[in-house]
Amino acid sequence: MTGQGAATREVLRLEGITRAFGPVRANDGIDFALAEGEIVALLGENGAGKTTLMNILFGHYAADAGRVTVFGRPLPPGRPGAALAAGVGMVHQHFTLADHLTVAENIVLGTVSLWRPGLGLAAAAARIATLARDFGLAVDPAARVGGLSVGERQRVEILKALYRDARILILDEPTAVLTPQESEALFATLRRMVARGLSIIFISHKLKEVLAVADRVVVLRQGRVAGAMATAGTDRARLAELMVGAALPEARIAPAAAPGPAILRLAAVSTAPAGAGPGLAGVDLVLRAGTITAIAGVSGNGQAALAALVAGLARPRAGRLVLDGAEPASWGPRQALAAGIGRIPEDRHREGAVADFDLVENAILERYPALTRAGLLSWRAARRWAGRIIAAYDVRTPSAALPARLLSGGNLQKLILGRVLEAGPRIILACQPSRGLDVGATAFVHGRLVAARDGGAAVLLVSEDLDEILGLADAVHVMSRGRLSPAFRRGQASAADLGLWMSGEAFAEEPHAA
Amino acid sequence: MAEILDILASATFWAAVIRIATPLVLATLGELVCERAGVLNLGIEGIMVAGAFAGWFAVWSGAGLWGGVATAFATGMAFGLLHALLVVPLGLSQHVVGLGVTLLATAAASYTYRLALPQVTSPPRIAPFEPLALPGLADLPLIGPVLMVQTPLTWAAFATAAAVALVLARTPLGLALRAAGENPAAVEAQGLSVTGLRIGAVMAGSGLMAVGGAFLTLSAFNAFFFEMVNGRGWIAIALVVFGAWAPGRAVLGALLFAAFDALQIRLQQTALGAALPYQIFLMAPFLLSILALVVMSRRAAVPAALMVPYRRGER
Amino acid sequence: MRLEPIARPSAARLFGLPLAALAATLAIGAALVLAAGGAPLAVFGLILEGAAGSRFALLETLNRATPLIFTGLAVAVAFRARLWNIGAEGQLYLGALATAVLGTGALAGWPAAGLLAALARAAAAVGAAALLGPALLKTRLGVDEVVTTLLLNFVILLLVSMLLEGVLKDPRAMGWPQSARLLPEARLPRIVAGLRLHWGFLLALAAALAVWFVEARTAFGYEMRAVGLNARAAAYAGIPVGRVIARTAVLSGGLAALAGFSEVAGLRGNLTLALSPGFGYTGIIVAMLALLHPLGVVLAAVFVAGIFVGADAMSRAAGVPSYIADLLLATALLAMVPALMFTRYRLAWG
Repeated sequence: MTGQGAATREVLRLEGITRAFGPVRANDGIDFALAEGEIVALLGENGAGKTTLMNILFGHYAADAGRVTVFGRPLPPGRPGAALAAGVGMVHQHFTLADHLTVAENIVLGTVSLWRPGLGLAAAAARIATLARDFGLAVDPAARVGGLSVGERQRVEILKALYRDARILILDEPTAVLTPQESEALFATLRRMVARGLSIIFISHKLKEVLAVADRVVVLRQGRVAGAMATAGTDRARLAELMVGAALPEARIAPAAAPGPAILRLAAVSTAPAGAGPGLAGVDLVLRAGTITAIAGVSGNGQAALAALVAGLARPRAGRLVLDGAEPASWGPRQALAAGIGRIPEDRHREGAVADFDLVENAILERYPALTRAGLLSWRAARRWAGRIIAAYDVRTPSAALPARLLSGGNLQKLILGRVLEAGPRIILACQPSRGLDVGATAFVHGRLVAARDGGAAVLLVSEDLDEILGLADAVHVMSRGRLSPAFRRGQASAADLGLWMSGEAFAEEPHAA
Repeated sequence: MAEILDILASATFWAAVIRIATPLVLATLGELVCERAGVLNLGIEGIMVAGAFAGWFAVWSGAGLWGGVATAFATGMAFGLLHALLVVPLGLSQHVVGLGVTLLATAAASYTYRLALPQVTSPPRIAPFEPLALPGLADLPLIGPVLMVQTPLTWAAFATAAAVALVLARTPLGLALRAAGENPAAVEAQGLSVTGLRIGAVMAGSGLMAVGGAFLTLSAFNAFFFEMVNGRGWIAIALVVFGAWAPGRAVLGALLFAAFDALQIRLQQTALGAALPYQIFLMAPFLLSILALVVMSRRAAVPAALMVPYRRGER
Repeated sequence: MRLEPIARPSAARLFGLPLAALAATLAIGAALVLAAGGAPLAVFGLILEGAAGSRFALLETLNRATPLIFTGLAVAVAFRARLWNIGAEGQLYLGALATAVLGTGALAGWPAAGLLAALARAAAAVGAAALLGPALLKTRLGVDEVVTTLLLNFVILLLVSMLLEGVLKDPRAMGWPQSARLLPEARLPRIVAGLRLHWGFLLALAAALAVWFVEARTAFGYEMRAVGLNARAAAYAGIPVGRVIARTAVLSGGLAALAGFSEVAGLRGNLTLALSPGFGYTGIIVAMLALLHPLGVVLAAVFVAGIFVGADAMSRAAGVPSYIADLLLATALLAMVPALMFTRYRLAWG
């Protein structure tokens, strides 16, 4: 690989970066250096301090201590424009694009003086086309961003940095939204960039791709550098240990004993589009008691529509939803709950909780009708219910009267998990149940889901994390553009096989309803 | 019916339409600039009152007419700054703060008026803008008689509309404002300050609203009355929606609205007007605005980040 | 510059900041008085005296507070569910209109208690309907209710004006646009004979208690708060968001209309266009100063009424324009809103 020679010069140096938020030291004396023409992976769990470090480099926060040097010049702290001007570009995990604007407008934004009379879009479009050709980032400059696929948007983000002549590119979890095949294409683009002398920081928590793409890896744990080494001399086990702080416990989850009877069945169901993704297009699915059925796929391929349907937020436009052998007469969240469907929403902050409600009020969000007599809510029963969940699901809080917005993500997820499981559901819809959680909370959530399965519940696990799916699921389907693959039983399909389905290539025909 | 056709065929009617539209054009543009940058400005009604008063007061105190316009603009900017400081960096409720600004600006105008003129019963008059007699204008067929009676402030209002449209669509500043209203994170990621852009937009927009108010005292009438803005600010907010946040369509909406307003005033003088209570005619503009909102609601292209406070580093 | 949430705000912060907002309001008020050539302390003293310096003044303040309690409650419940009802002024006039139409003879012969209950119910129903329209436009079509309720205020006022100059006009009023006087049994009696305070005040207090009970103890109150704080999570949990907003609209519009009922049946005895000097709009200030708490609304309404009554008296005595009351209240609102936010957040630099 490139970047190994002694002659390469250093382009970026972070020294002793320290930043505290209240009592939490998000960054604690971090040192980091990047040489010209190399790809360095920044590896760490959620909460290890990767994002904070990049926010400091970008001037979104000022560090409490430490300094940033780019191309030998110190960067003034707390000035978002300074890093950009110094030639550092960043591709955020959540894209920072305006949907109503065109590709060219998004790219040109902020690159010329605000007081210039014209935008010069024609010249910009020509330059964008050249850059796109050079780096293999095909995209139409005149297209509106709102109409682009996730992969195309990522290309726009990379072009934004290249258009500004960035010499250092930071990518924050870039593969989270890509199929394995798309990720390979991205890696090829990155290699072209370093071949031209650019330098890349690749932020990830996925060991495999770090080893595949990076020259060196820096591991962060709890705000500190836990280790730094060339990828050539290390392996997954060693990196995992550095990242988690102990050898990764072998997650051995026993498969389901024997699939039970079908509880919920979808027959050729199509729905309206949901969220940013398409609707379902003729989906067949069976959920059986005592089974974890997982839906794999790149985000935005209809998982939101499937989750909305099962959660009761959407109805089939065509096809049948059959519960216990009969089609429900009406379908909504209340009917879904009454049918014994427990729902763990994808976005726990926006859909799963009311931030300014306390834990008691949040615990009864779905249950309060059962605690109401003649219109009056029994707060005593509500507090009892919440107390039970807090105790049984290890929700760490000083008080049940704490507003939910002050809970950590893991504790909030445990509260939601408890709210769902304590109701004794027969079907559990778990959407991205471990997203953003640390290892401990993830293991807790997984353990409870498996226990619920062993107790006879049918679990529908929707996840973008293939490792999570391969570890937990008894049966896996892949979603692509609203279509659902056949089921693969545990061990039947590898990540690469699933990848082919995720990219849509393995599907026989185009979807009929787009 | 024949009466309506007669009215529509007269030059004085269309001259009135343009005159009635002028304050709405300015106010609607002002609100539009705020909203395209992502900030709802319910201070508009009060800012128009303050602008109407400040413009008149400056002229009455001896400033020139354009000095009055400048005073109104500066007054609007000051109230805009207040609104912006509370809702942009602090992220407070744009509804509550906007209504508070309306109350404050209205009360400030009333209080200052009473301080300056403690005992006056009939409001003192000033010499307002005269029609702008551009050479050759009166000779134009059809539109000549309509345009030759318009004052410079009206010409300025329509020129401002063109300028706002041009800036929004074709300049880096306009692009940055639009992006701030669509996705502030995109603006910040490109090294621009969302806070600065939004504060600037609200100040400039509020200045325009205030000049819209000042048109009433400096051009349409020649004195300041407490109730003279009379809901025009709220109508401007409806017109922004009606115009789908596009300057051209918003101006068209203001003209359409003004045409109805001018028509109802004239219809009151006809046999129909004698048969119906005048309040029915006065209600029409407000009902029309509500109707416009309902009709446009399905197609509205709301700026995605309108009323969403932006906090750096949060997503 | 960023805002950082504070996990457990100190008592100094919780109470000090609102007090600081109040102090800032007074400081600005003092500057305004100085600008008018008055002596701030003397003027503030006169306002206080005019508001509560005598039994007459106090009763006048409570009288003025009565409609503000109703409109304040109307705004508070609506804002709680994030339904931006700026139409309390119009709803108030509709309630007054219903009272005047039915109370001047249409229901003659009814006993007083039954008649008053019927008037109150009719008023509340009309006010509720007036807000239900914009609420349904909001939930069904996404039409912003701020603008529709605001514009309806103008429509309703013109409607009342039209009726007062038309069918409702009192022939004995010598050309003034006002309704006939209410039947004696349609009047809310005085609480104590000889004092001007009427039963509308007690009704307002009862309404505040009732709203507090609904918000704190009923499932509907819980739903209302959930919808207001996070409609998406509420919908996900199965709370019927549209229905909750519609019910909130009925409650809010009804409360605002009761202000009109209470003013016509209690204080005035007839309907004129001078019935409300903006009680509906002032209700917004009352609700915000009360932090939307129903019992706080009572205190805030008395406070706001006191400033208005006191400023009127002061203006007659000291010559500072009575508009200073509006300025003080607008300032108090704009100072209190950020102060309350800073009890929960702190500014962090960098």
